[in-house]
Amino acid sequence: MAVVSTETVPVASEPDIVAVRRRVREVSIRLGFSLVDQTKVVTAASELARNTLIHGGGGSMELVVLNGPRTGLKLTFADNGPGIADIQLALRDGFTTGNGLGLGLGGAKRLVNEFEVSSQPGEGTKVSVVRWK
Amino acid sequence: MEKIPILRMGEFLLVTIQVDMHDRLAMALQDDLTNRISETGAHGVLIDISSLEIVDSFIGRMLGNIAAMSRVLDAETVVVGMRPAVAITLVELGMSLTGVRTALNVDAGMDLLRASLNGSRETLYGSRFN
Repeated sequence: MAVVSTETVPVASEPDIVAVRRRVREVSIRLGFSLVDQTKVVTAASELARNTLIHGGGGSMELVVLNGPRTGLKLTFADNGPGIADIQLALRDGFTTGNGLGLGLGGAKRLVNEFEVSSQPGEGTKVSVVRWK
Repeated sequence: MEKIPILRMGEFLLVTIQVDMHDRLAMALQDDLTNRISETGAHGVLIDISSLEIVDSFIGRMLGNIAAMSRVLDAETVVVGMRPAVAITLVELGMSLTGVRTALNVDAGMDLLRASLNGSRETLYGSRFN
């Protein structure tokens, strides 16, 4: 799988979440994603960016365009926040440490094709997702 | 700060969301709308989301909150114009917008509000055909 392009978008404020959505949409349109797939990947990015800001205290999103047998969009959200103690619990619908609905992480997972979380308490969180065309 | 306009149309309030809202703007709309319902005594709220390209869990929660708060203030909320791709995504995300009434467009939403308003008046005062 060849990496076609890589860029980093900051996630440090609420307007940054809007900027993340806009950028992910632009790239998914350019890659020829269907309207439903664009909507799914933009929604997943919005949930994950909000997690990065609210739970991680801010961080960034790395956006990578993959090309090979298939075209895909890989998004990696990283923060240096408190980390997630129990990832399985955090993925469960309805579980929240904030004041949201607890749909962010588990919901985002359902909207993408590949999903990976790595986190250690005290060492931040990294969530990587891939949506294939 | 930018604001989402709330229009008054007779007994109803109409909100057309035309921008990609950041979270604070969505919270402000929730507060503004609740205040306007209580000021105007409106019995119905139409929220047109046909311009929204996505509805994530935050916006979904805001819509649910508006519906719940307006019900407590004796007003019905109808969310209209959701794009099909948004509906598919929202359900997959795990949000079914329980407690939020929806209609395909503003006209259908207005009909729904009028019907439910007439329905509740008839329940209160008895059918006028009796």
